[in-house]
Amino acid sequence: MKHFLAVLFGLVATLGAAAQGLAPDALVKGVTNDVLEIVRKDKDIQAGNTRKAVELAEAKVLPHFDFAHMTRLAVGKAWRQASPAQQQALTDEFRTLLVRTYSKALTEYRNQTIDFKPVKMQPADTDVVVRTLVQQPGSKPVEIDYSLDKTDQGWKVYDIAVAAVSLVTNYRSSFAQEISAGGIDGLIGTLRTKNGSSEAAVARKQ
Amino acid sequence: MRCYVKSTVLALALGMAMLLGGCATTAGNKDPMEGFNRTMFAFNEGLDAAIIRPVAKGYEFVAPAFVRTAVTNFFSNVADVFIAVNNLLQGKPVEAASDAGRFLVNSTVGIFGLLDVATEWGLEKHDEDFGQTFGRWGMDTGAYLFLPVFGPRDVRDGIGLVFDIAADPLVNINDMSVRNSLAALYIINNRAMLLPADKIIDEAALDKYSYLRDAYLQRRRSLVFDGRPPKDPEFE
Repeated sequence: MKHFLAVLFGLVATLGAAAQGLAPDALVKGVTNDVLEIVRKDKDIQAGNTRKAVELAEAKVLPHFDFAHMTRLAVGKAWRQASPAQQQALTDEFRTLLVRTYSKALTEYRNQTIDFKPVKMQPADTDVVVRTLVQQPGSKPVEIDYSLDKTDQGWKVYDIAVAAVSLVTNYRSSFAQEISAGGIDGLIGTLRTKNGSSEAAVARKQ
Repeated sequence: MRCYVKSTVLALALGMAMLLGGCATTAGNKDPMEGFNRTMFAFNEGLDAAIIRPVAKGYEFVAPAFVRTAVTNFFSNVADVFIAVNNLLQGKPVEAASDAGRFLVNSTVGIFGLLDVATEWGLEKHDEDFGQTFGRWGMDTGAYLFLPVFGPRDVRDGIGLVFDIAADPLVNINDMSVRNSLAALYIINNRAMLLPADKIIDEAALDKYSYLRDAYLQRRRSLVFDGRPPKDPEFE
């Protein structure tokens, strides 16, 4: 029994190390293909069940995202003026907003195919962009680029750009506007209200 | 009629140029005409909700994907001519030659541009217009501008748009009913491509007007640098 446990722990440790050691392009490709495979088979998500899409994102995608980094980038200069508690609140609310947006995008998925461009990177690189091209029948292809940096827990996504528009930095000027009008707490409040009304909309639908 | 169109275009261009001079943006504020722009934005949202979006949904429902692909390819093929010209104006003769090659291949083998054979043959599609060319030449974007029907622009791209339209072979078709039908198809087909984005933007945006504005400015900046803009020091 002792022996079996040791083997099991060893196995888990190896698997963990394998996931951490995954190159950024392999990581993005693996996660994307996994998730789309599930969405293709899930009629509920295709019919617009956001809650189920959120569960899928939480399980498969979000462990590879660095939300603190994303929030820092979106808030910009004011980040340093925020207290640790405010920083945590901002990160939590921004995370909810991004997760909802991402999950909504999953429910809109219809037979697109994704080309993964090879990444040119040096072994010493700690910050890379993985470029993908989404082909959709009837429409122009759309580029989706993932920025990742190397952390102690492996490669983490800190920005996603759709058609060259960063989903993170696109909030910069509206966040700055909220902060200049109502301070950091004003921005936290606005995000809470926004997330609350999205939550209510989901509840109404079900 | 043609003469009227040309003089209107010229007047528009002059007006834009004056705006650009007048609104040489005070540092930091890229949207000094926000009040006017928000009014135009509200007008466009109304127009979209009442007419353009419902028609685009109907079009998406009626026209199968392969038909919509053919329509997209047709307009894309016509645009390749001026994408070639703009690449030439930006000092990129290799890209320009590839665009011209695309036009030749797609207009013939691709049956009047309905099929995009050139992409399959490895001739990459580029995205260029006069606004980007002016940007390459070092022209400042000027103030952000929301135009009725055309949507988000900035002053530079507004001037570019005047040239884009004047140069578009489809605008220069003499038969007015053909020209107007093509314009309507162009608008509806483009709108249909954006339908999936509607709900995502509603989910993401705290304020739709500024979300779209900032997205537009980011995207144009990236396009001027052909998808590899220098890192904005403000974002580090």
